[in-house]
Amino acid sequence: MWETFLGLYNYWIVILLMMAGFYIVMSRHNLVKKLIGLNIFQSAVFLFYISVGKVKGATAPIVEPGISSYSNPLPHVLILTAIVVGVATVSLGLALVVRLKEAYGTIEEDEINEMDAAD
Amino acid sequence: MITVTNLALLAFMAITAWAIARTRNLFVATMLAGIYSLLTATVFVLLDAVDVAFTEAAVGAGITTVLFLGALLLTDRQAKPHKNRLGHRLGTYGSMLLVALLGAALVYTTLDPLMPHFGDPGAPAQGRLAPEFLADSVRQVGREKPTATHIPNVVTTTLASYRGFDTLGEVVVIFTAGVGVLMLLGGGAVRRRPGPRKGKETTGGESTSGESKSGGAGA
Repeated sequence: MWETFLGLYNYWIVILLMMAGFYIVMSRHNLVKKLIGLNIFQSAVFLFYISVGKVKGATAPIVEPGISSYSNPLPHVLILTAIVVGVATVSLGLALVVRLKEAYGTIEEDEINEMDAAD
Repeated sequence: MITVTNLALLAFMAITAWAIARTRNLFVATMLAGIYSLLTATVFVLLDAVDVAFTEAAVGAGITTVLFLGALLLTDRQAKPHKNRLGHRLGTYGSMLLVALLGAALVYTTLDPLMPHFGDPGAPAQGRLAPEFLADSVRQVGREKPTATHIPNVVTTTLASYRGFDTLGEVVVIFTAGVGVLMLLGGGAVRRRPGPRKGKETTGGESTSGESKSGGAGA
C-alpha cells in the first residue's frame, strides 16, 4: 500500500497540478490569469517527463568514473527544448493580451464578449 | 531523505497552484507563479535533471516573471470580480466537476498494474535509446586522450550530437514568436495605458498603435 503510494505519488501530483492549471484556464475570465494557468499545466507535463526519466539510486547523467547508474537523459533533452518554446508561446500570448487591452480597454473575457455582442 | 523532500516540495507546488487559482491580485499571482517555477526547478534537481533545473530557474522563474510583469504594467493589476454572479457560479462548478472527472480518470489509469512505478529501472522508458546514448558518452569520456566529443554531460552530448534538429525547430519557434510579438505590439513605439475604446473607427483592422495611443490620451 505504502509502496504503491510512493510509486505513484509523483504522477498523482502531476495530475493534480495539470488539473489545477486546466481549472484556472477554464473558470477564470481574466486573460493574464488564464496564461498563468496555461503555464502551470505546461510545467506539470514537464514534471511528468522528468519523473518518468528518474531511476531509483541513480545520479544525474554526467559521466564520472566509478559511477555506473545514471538517470535517463533523453527526457531532459526533450524538456530543455520544451521550456524555451513555452516561454516563446507565453510571450506571444501576453502580446495578444496587451493588444486586446488597447482595443477593448479590458482584459476580462466576459467584458470583451459583451462588447462584441453589443456591436 | 530524498523521498521526504520530494513529497514536501510537490505538496508545496500543489499549494502554490491553489493559491494562484484563489488570488484576484495579478501581481500576487505573478509572484506566486515565480515561486512555483523555482519549486519546479528544485524538484528537477532532486530528480537528477540538473540541466532542466538550470533552464527552468533562469527561463521559467526569471524571464517569464519579467514578461508577466511587463504585461501587467501595460494592462491591469487586478482581476475584476465577475459581473454575472449566476454565470460565474455555473462556470466555476462546471469546470470543477469536469476537472475532477478528468483527474479521477487519469488517477484511475495510473492504478493500472502495467504502469511503471516512479524510479523503476525496468520501465519501458529506460530501454532502447537512453542506454545507447549513455554508453556512447561513457565510451567517449573513458578515452585516454580527450576527443572533440569529450563531454561528460550526457544531456549536452545528446542535445548537440543527436537532437540538433530539435534545437533548429526551437529557434524557428522563437523567431516566429518574436516576429509575432513585434507585429502585435509594433516595436519601439512608446505605449501608454489606453482608455476604453471610443467607437468602431478606432478598432478597425487599419488601427495602428499610433491611433490607439491617441485614443488612450483622449480618455
